[in-house]
Amino acid sequence: MTFLTTGLGAHIRSASIRGKVRGGEHSARSVLFLIALWLCLFVAFGVLLTLIITTLIDGSSRLDSRLVTEYPASGPERAGLRPAILGSIWVIGVTAVMTIPLGVAAAVHLEEFADRKKWFNRAIELNVQNLAAVPSIVYGLLALGFLALLGVQNKNIVIGGALALGLLVLPVIIISTREALRAVPLEIRQGSLALGATPLQTVWRQTLPASVPGIATGAILGLSRALGEAAPLLVLGALVFVSFDPNGLLSGYTTMPIQIFNWTSRPQAEFHELASAGSILLLLILLAMNGLAIFIRNRYQQRW
Amino acid sequence: MTTNTRAASYTTGSDQKRTIHFPDEHAHRSKGLPAVPNAIIECKDVNVYYNAFRAVTGVDLAFGSKEITALIGPSGCGKSTLLRSLNRMNDLIDGARVEGSVTFQGEDIYHREVDAIEVRRRIGMVFQKPNPFPKSIYDNIAYGPRVIGMKASNMDDLVEEALTRAALWTEVKDKLKQSAFGLSGGQQQRLCIARTIAVKPDVILMDEPCSSLDPIATSRIEDLMYELREDYTIIIVTHNMQQAARVADRTAFFTALASEETGDRTGLLVEYDLTKKIFESPADQRTEDYISGRFG
Ligand SMILES: Nc1ncnc2c1ncn2[C@@H]1O[C@H](COP(=O)(O)OP(=O)(O)O)[C@@H](O)[C@H]1O
Ligand SMILES: [Mg+2]
Repeated sequence: MTFLTTGLGAHIRSASIRGKVRGGEHSARSVLFLIALWLCLFVAFGVLLTLIITTLIDGSSRLDSRLVTEYPASGPERAGLRPAILGSIWVIGVTAVMTIPLGVAAAVHLEEFADRKKWFNRAIELNVQNLAAVPSIVYGLLALGFLALLGVQNKNIVIGGALALGLLVLPVIIISTREALRAVPLEIRQGSLALGATPLQTVWRQTLPASVPGIATGAILGLSRALGEAAPLLVLGALVFVSFDPNGLLSGYTTMPIQIFNWTSRPQAEFHELASAGSILLLLILLAMNGLAIFIRNRYQQRW
Repeated sequence: MTTNTRAASYTTGSDQKRTIHFPDEHAHRSKGLPAVPNAIIECKDVNVYYNAFRAVTGVDLAFGSKEITALIGPSGCGKSTLLRSLNRMNDLIDGARVEGSVTFQGEDIYHREVDAIEVRRRIGMVFQKPNPFPKSIYDNIAYGPRVIGMKASNMDDLVEEALTRAALWTEVKDKLKQSAFGLSGGQQQRLCIARTIAVKPDVILMDEPCSSLDPIATSRIEDLMYELREDYTIIIVTHNMQQAARVADRTAFFTALASEETGDRTGLLVEYDLTKKIFESPADQRTEDYISGRFG
């Protein structure tokens, strides 16, 4: 601290620097705040971890091939998820086929062609944003009403479930596609148009191909959310005991979350173990899907 | 315009008429300009607006066929705006509007029955920043001919020809399938020129094509322009006066004038002549000031 006494100027300078420490990273208040943040993270993460670990412990005894090959049965030792897995694949597959083209087309229209000065285009934009936040059960009710309007008696069919989940996924796909399209620089569109390409050719051959990784990522994340949904399908009367493989759009079905939900409501502890094993399988599938989405984003995303 | 006072009016959002008066001294420019023989594009009293803002006013200008014409002037005087109005790239900007007439080979390009797509095919454009497509070098060149449905008996030959004309073939012939993004900035810009040549336009517009390039890459593009001049009409915007002096047959000098009422800066043509004349004995004091670096 000798330099403090070397001169008035030096003293003033160092004093003013030291003054900055108040409110800096090491003041009591910021340390307290930091601790609070860590605590929040710890609680959230801790709860999640506990949940996963207990599920793992409960379900590990039933994590075997029978889980995926057997049909549900009254005896837990013979029961499996086979129709539920196939049902999930059917419903999510049909959802993807219905919503990806529709969502991408809607996004292309909104982003590339719609006149933003028109009030209805702005209204649609606002609505799409809001739809993404609507609780899933509302979409179940909407699909229920729609099917009833069409006079469909048996609403527990693959296409009905796909309709409800499609409504859920559509806004996610529209929003992520729009973001992917927006990331394509204007210069690319201009370059294409300056060569005499039509706006449609420009979208089809430049903007959309460059957006595919973003669209794929968004679609996978949207579909993985739908894969975990039970509520909208239960509203449509999804079956809880299916002993056949679904085989078409009009086939009855159950899905993994619904089967798991059903098993947890059984009194026998063995069924709870089965539910845990099913949950782990579902978690692994979701993890794989999200991992794929991240992989696609990192590997194929165009860096401009 | 033969009147001494130029006046133009436009309506603002509130539908109220506003008038900008330009002083007499600027009026002479539309008189007594040397005629351009063999003009391929002609502008008559062209005004370009961005909504109510008039960016360019009263431009009368003719571009000679198979000549290089340079547009120079301080930034913001509407050079890019005017250039984009020559091949209807302004159509893509919300609120942009062109008044007056722009003719290409005698036909009004803004006529109701004229397709902007066809105009852009005949009048290509190279941009300030190289903008290769995220595709292979080969596909960058083949893209244009493919989308316009050009009857090419052999696409490989077409690609080779375009790349050769753009003085790029020897550098890329062994990596045609590689991404265009791997090329240097100067190579990318020559690729963009090659891409434009591939659709065989009549005119190539270039908006400051060398502004992001180093001097060596710049001089290669200048050499290239000089070679292309045999077959193409080139209109180039440049902020580099030496470049205009080196490559252009004719040079148009623009400046921006602030309106007394609104303070909007509107671009107008000050002087247009043979490049030699513009640089050696400009008729207008403002041209001389700009050329000699006293302004802008
Ligand atoms: N897309 C646009 N929308 C609104 N105003 C614009 C747009 N592009 C250019 N302008 C305005 O028009 C004027 C001329 O711009 P520009 O043609 O880019 O000039 P230059 O190329 O000579 O530098 C400037 O005042 C600029 O702000
Ligand atoms: Mg410019």
